[in-house]
Parts: sequence; structure tokens; C-alpha cells
Amino acid sequence: MSFLKSREAILTGAIVALLALVATRYGAFIRPANLAAVFNDTSPLIILALGQMVVILTRCIDLSVAANLALTGMVCAMLNVAMPGLPIGVILVVALALGAALGAINGLLVWKLDIPPIVVTLGTMTIFRGVIFLLSDGQWVNSHEMSASFTGFARHVILGLPVLSWIAILVALVMLVVMTRTPMGRALYAVGGNPHAAVYTGINVGRSQFIAFVISGMLAGLCGYLWIARYAVAYVDIAGGFELDVVAACVIGGISIAGGIGTVGGAILGALFLGIIKNALPVVDISPFWQLAISGAAIIIAVLFNARADRTKGRVILKSAEVTQ
Amino acid sequence: MKDGAHWGAIPRAVPFFRPAGGGIMQAMTNSPASGETPVLALDQIVKEFPGVRALDGVQLALYPGEVTALIGENGAGKSTIVKILTGIYQPDGGDIRLDGAPVRFPTAQAAADAGVTAIHQETVLFDELSVAENIFLGHAPKGKFGLIDTARMKREARAILDGIGASMDVDVRLRDLGIASKHLVAISRALSIEARVVIMDEPTAALSQKEIEELYELVDQLKAQGKAILFISHKFDEIFRIADRYTVFRDGQFVAAGKMAEIDEAQLVQMMVGRAVDQIFPKRAARIGDEVLKVVGYSHPTEFEDINFSLKRGEILGFYGLVGAGRSEFMQSLIGITKPSKGVARVAGDIRVIRSPADAIDAGIVYVPEDRGKQGAITTMPIFQNVTLPSLGKTSKNGFIRLAEEFALAREYTQRLDLRAASLDTPVGSLSGGNQQKVVIAKWLATQPKVIILDEPTKGIDIGSKAAVHDFMSELAGQGLSVIMVSSEIPEILGMSDRVIVMREGRMVAELAGDDLTPETLVRHAAGIGSKGEAA
Repeated sequence: MSFLKSREAILTGAIVALLALVATRYGAFIRPANLAAVFNDTSPLIILALGQMVVILTRCIDLSVAANLALTGMVCAMLNVAMPGLPIGVILVVALALGAALGAINGLLVWKLDIPPIVVTLGTMTIFRGVIFLLSDGQWVNSHEMSASFTGFARHVILGLPVLSWIAILVALVMLVVMTRTPMGRALYAVGGNPHAAVYTGINVGRSQFIAFVISGMLAGLCGYLWIARYAVAYVDIAGGFELDVVAACVIGGISIAGGIGTVGGAILGALFLGIIKNALPVVDISPFWQLAISGAAIIIAVLFNARADRTKGRVILKSAEVTQ
Repeated sequence: MKDGAHWGAIPRAVPFFRPAGGGIMQAMTNSPASGETPVLALDQIVKEFPGVRALDGVQLALYPGEVTALIGENGAGKSTIVKILTGIYQPDGGDIRLDGAPVRFPTAQAAADAGVTAIHQETVLFDELSVAENIFLGHAPKGKFGLIDTARMKREARAILDGIGASMDVDVRLRDLGIASKHLVAISRALSIEARVVIMDEPTAALSQKEIEELYELVDQLKAQGKAILFISHKFDEIFRIADRYTVFRDGQFVAAGKMAEIDEAQLVQMMVGRAVDQIFPKRAARIGDEVLKVVGYSHPTEFEDINFSLKRGEILGFYGLVGAGRSEFMQSLIGITKPSKGVARVAGDIRVIRSPADAIDAGIVYVPEDRGKQGAITTMPIFQNVTLPSLGKTSKNGFIRLAEEFALAREYTQRLDLRAASLDTPVGSLSGGNQQKVVIAKWLATQPKVIILDEPTKGIDIGSKAAVHDFMSELAGQGLSVIMVSSEIPEILGMSDRVIVMREGRMVAELAGDDLTPETLVRHAAGIGSKGEAA
């Protein structure tokens, strides 16, 4: 535990160093108002990374999150166009439920048919995008077609932060409790840590993975509405390729692709690190190529870090070494 | 498993092990017959693992044109010596002589180059490669530019297969063959590298009687070619049928060697188990109470049949048998990992339907698996989370874990097992093997079970830890817990059990207690030589 904390401490240090570096070139970046804006901009990534974290913990991966987001977002947008009077509460419920249902499709295919998760979600990723095309006929839903309350919800400011940011904070808190304080969260860690042992302990591995996909899908659905509302536009290719940012945020945040290792704090920090890079590099005049290269380098360095950390966790055979721990 | 489905693919009419009349065999029948000079001789071989001396100065000699049977209980050091012979392990002491000259096998390749090859019980071949590729992997004939000469490779593979009377296509992928055919490919591979020493590690374990007969004929052919054969088997009829010489190991030590003609079954059994049961087993007389578990007619389509027994409070029930007798498979079924085809389990008189490990835990039956590394602890999680994992229901309220209670539970049971670790927050992966095992046992005790099943509880741990485990088992039984102990170690079975069930080939063959419980009766029942022995 203290070890994991220190990993997060390193990441926090890296974020502070990054901010300091950016501040030397462009001091206004670290003004509270700007930092709040960066946080708000990173909120969807944080929410999605938390969902992805749960999936990766169980030794799976969900590549369909961005497509799920786009499909759920499109459905919410079309619902709003068809029924402008529908309360936002209902829209939120629809987004959560539809996202969860799409996640459940992934989960069932992994659980019941035993198809590798990367294959399942690669497939559903494409299918979800195809379904958006069918639903929308390839047409955009533009801001003038959406109701003011539909687009205004995510941007509504409470106590200095937009609702989008508050939702990210709320999701983070709920996930923190779920992952650390519920038997289900514990089971998710156990399944990824050692699926064989988890079976003997009375945990249903397939069902746990199914639950992980439902959580990931539900959060992707939630982001779907928030994304559409924030940018006030819905179309087929929205958030295209964003699933890779989400996986990258998890990896940077110390979520082990091998499963079983990772924390809510890590996923949030990983997302923030990536979010800051994406927001800061343009303002300090770094070319788009270098932005991509720096993001990529951050991922590889993070993986190296985690691989090294995992190695030191190997078996201690010497009695003397065991005592000193 | 899936291999079962492939049996149908084998054309039954083809005798796989039929010796061929002509071809390369005939040319070789005039090669040297048996001699008195060993091809390969091992002397004073020592191999140590942390805490365990697996081989303690053993010797082994293999003669050209003769079959030497290596005999010993599980843990005698048979597989260790095979790994030394094939270059996988390096001995810590002693010497290996090939034709009288000292050699070393630093790698598997070196052993293969020296002409030592092994056919394992589970063949180590490549399912996705063709028969010809499997036979010549690593030493394929090269053509132009150093590329593999496929045509020649197939031709030579065909010749070798013809030589042993195997008719399968050289292009077929190995995964499409049955076990018997895979063995033939393994044997062909051995022939292709001009092997002088062929090690057969329980080659008949997965074969039918007819195929076994055909294998014997093949072994006779290999003998005729002057190859030295090391034959490892638990089956006495097989050993007497095929071996010319024997070597007996016990607990990593050399016991005896000689010619089969000069020995009988009873003497061999005596040598295998003959150690005085002098290790101290702290079995205390426990008060045996009422029946806790009754198993009636448990059966599985492929793994075991008609298992019946009852278990009482405070009793230690031993399950003895050879590896593959179906003991672990039955236990896994009893705790709901696999589903029995029929059978009923009663716990404290009530019929319990156990469809998953969670049901078993509910019913009060827990299982500490044999492969603790893989099936036991969750090494990425801290100690306390491992211990409480199956008991989270008890430490939770309204669906939330209460950390203080969780910690208290973990502390109680880790202290009971005398687990010394700096902190319960320590990830289990950083603990030693012995301590990991303590975590696993603490985990199960924390569920407050009625029956604890320990599968090979002392396998691979050193003598000191063994005594601690035995002491602890005795203590558990003394506290009224019923213990089922699956073990392949005779002293452990004899020392710890109140009663022993012997399994062979998926069936219960004996239930022994009191004076019937001797090393000889155990081995006879387990190896299936009981009736013959009585007749003699």
C-alpha cells in the first residue's frame, strides 16, 4: 500500500514538475482559472479512465469506450431533438443505461463466449460506430437543434466549477469507495491478480469481468451525453481514437496491463498528466508532432517504471531478506 | 480434455506400434546387443534446491540395448534426474560419464547433441507445427542459403515413421493427432537425432492397453538397435514386462540397482517404501465425533467414479494414490470447480448442492490446492486482503467493507498461523513460499470451515516446515475440524491419517485403517498389484 502510494507520489511530482516547466514559458497557465479549465477539459478522460481501469484490473481491455460514448451521445442528442422537453435527469438515466447495456454486450461476449476482450471490443467499437451511422444517416446533430438546457447542463457553473468537472469528481469518489470498500471491488482486484486463485476463493471470474465491462460502459455512456452537451454537436466520428488516450491514461497512472494492480488515484493522475500535456504543449508553442511524441514517450516511460516496480516485487527466497522487509 | 475428441480421428485399423519388417530397422538388427559397459553413467549426483536436497549422491547407469527401470515414490528424485540428464538442471555435485569420458550438459541442446533424448509423459511437442517439422525442429536438414530443405525433411521424416510402422501424414499438424500418435512423433524425433539414450517418462500413462502393447514392441526395437533406455513407470506389471535392470531411488537417495531377473515384486516394493517410518509425526489422538461429511456415489464422466465415504469431526482422512489417480479431480468436484455427473454430498446431515466454490465455502468445505503458487494466493494483493477475501461477507455491513473488522480478522488468523511479516499491508508476492502458504491456510481458516481439504500440503517444502504443517494439521483436528489430506507421500499418509482411502484410475480401491495400514498395502492397492501379491 505504501508502495502504491509512493508510485502515485512520483506521478504527482511529475505533474508538478510539468506544470512548473510550462509556467516558466507561459506563467498564465498555472493560474487557478486556467487550471480549472484544464481539469474540466480532462474530466471526460478521467471518467473514462476510471471505467477502463476497472476493466484492465480484471485482465481485460475495453477499446469500445469512445464508440460507446459517441453512440450514446448521438442517441441522447436525437432524443433531445425529438423531445426537447425531456428533463435532463431522464437524459442522464438513458445515457447511463444505454452505456451500461453496450458494456454488457462486451461483457457477455467475454464471459459467456470466452472471446478475448481485445477482439470483442475491437468488434463492438466498429459496430457501435456503424450503428451511429444507421441512426443518424451520417447527419450531424448541431447545436441549434439541441435545447438550451440540454447543452447548458454540462457547462453550468457551481462553486466555480462546471457541472462536468463536478461529475468527474463525483464519479471518482464513488469509484474510490467501490474499489476499496466493497466486496465487489475486492473481487475485481482478485480476479486480475490471480484468476485461478480467485476461482477457488468463490469468486466468479467471468461475472466479475462482465461487471467491469458494465461499469466501463456505463461511464462511457455518461461521458457520451456530457461530451455532446459540452461541444453541442453529435456526429459519427466524435471522440474518434479517444479510447487510446483512455488506455494511455491508465498505463501512465500505473494500472498494470497484466491486471490486479492499480488505484483510482493512479487513474486520475494518469488522466491529468495526459490532459495537462495536451493543454499545455500548444500554449508553449510546441509543434503538434512533438506533442504526440511527448505523449508517447510519457506512456513508454510509465510502462518502464511499472515494469521495474513489478520486478522488485518478485519472490524473496533468502530468509535474511525477508526479515528486513 | 480436447484430446479425447481426437481419438476418433485415428484410424483404428492402423497398428501404430507395429514393428516394420523392412527399412532401416532391418539394417540395424545386427547392431550390438546388451553389454556390460554403460553408455551413460551418473555417479554421486547431488542437486539442491533452496531448503531441499532433491538428489543426494545418487547413481544411475544405462546400458546399450537394455531397458533400465527407474523406480521410486513421488518425490524420490526421478524427474530431477531426468532434468539433469536432459540438460535442464545442472547438478551441484557428482559426475556424468558418456562412454566412460566425463561430460557436462550445460544446455538441453548439449544433451541432445550427446544423443540423450526424452519422451515425456505429456509430450513436449508443438501443436501448430506439422509432424515433419516436429521431428526435425532444431536440426532440420539445410539446403541452399541455409534454408530448410523441406522436401528432404519430409522424406527423412517419412522414412523414420515408416521404420516404426507409423502411417500418419508428415504434413498433418500435430494438434490433429491423438495422444498415441503424438508419442510416435516424439519417438520419431528421438530416432531422428541419432539418440543413444532414450528416456521414457511414464510413456503409457495416457495409452490404451493395445497401444501399450504396441509401445512395448517399439521399445524392443529400440533395444535391438542398441539404444540405452531409461524407463520410468509406476506400474509394476509394465516394469516386469519390459525392463532388464532396475534402479530404485527413495527420498533423493540411491537405494539399489540390479537385474530384473534377480528380483521379485515384493522385494521391489520393500525397497521403494522400505524406510522405517521414523520421521516424527505429531499426530495426537483426537476425539473423533459425529459424522460431518458424507459423500455418496460421486462420479464424473471422465475423471472418477463412485466415490463414497464419510468423514467425522476431528478426523484426518488420507487420500493416497499415484499421480493421476483422480484424487485432486475428485476434490475439485467436491468443492464445485467441476460438476459431478452424479452423487450427493451431505454436510452435517443436510444435502448440499455444491455448484461453485462459493457454495462449498457456504457449506463449510474449503480446499487448499496443491499448486499454491498458481491457485492459492493473490500475490498482487496485501496479506490482509488475501486472508479476508472469502470472508468479506462477515466483515461487511450494508455492502461496505468495515476495514477495522477486516484487519482484526486478518490479524487473528495470521497470528494463529504464526505468520511473521512486517505489516499486513505487505503484498503477498514479496513473502517466502512458506509464508505464502500460511496466508492461504489463514484465508481458509478465517471462513470457519467444517472440513478442510489439504492437497499435498507438504509438497516441495523443507523438512522443518513439513513438521510445522503436520503439527498444525493435528491441532486443527484436535479443535474439531475434519481434515481430508491428499498426499502421495507414504510416511505422511501413515503418520497423519486416522483412515486412508486409496484411489487408482479414478476409483476407490481400498479403505484402510489400523493394522491394514502399511506401506506395502498402500503401494499394492495404488499400483494395482494387490490381488497378484496375495496369490503369490
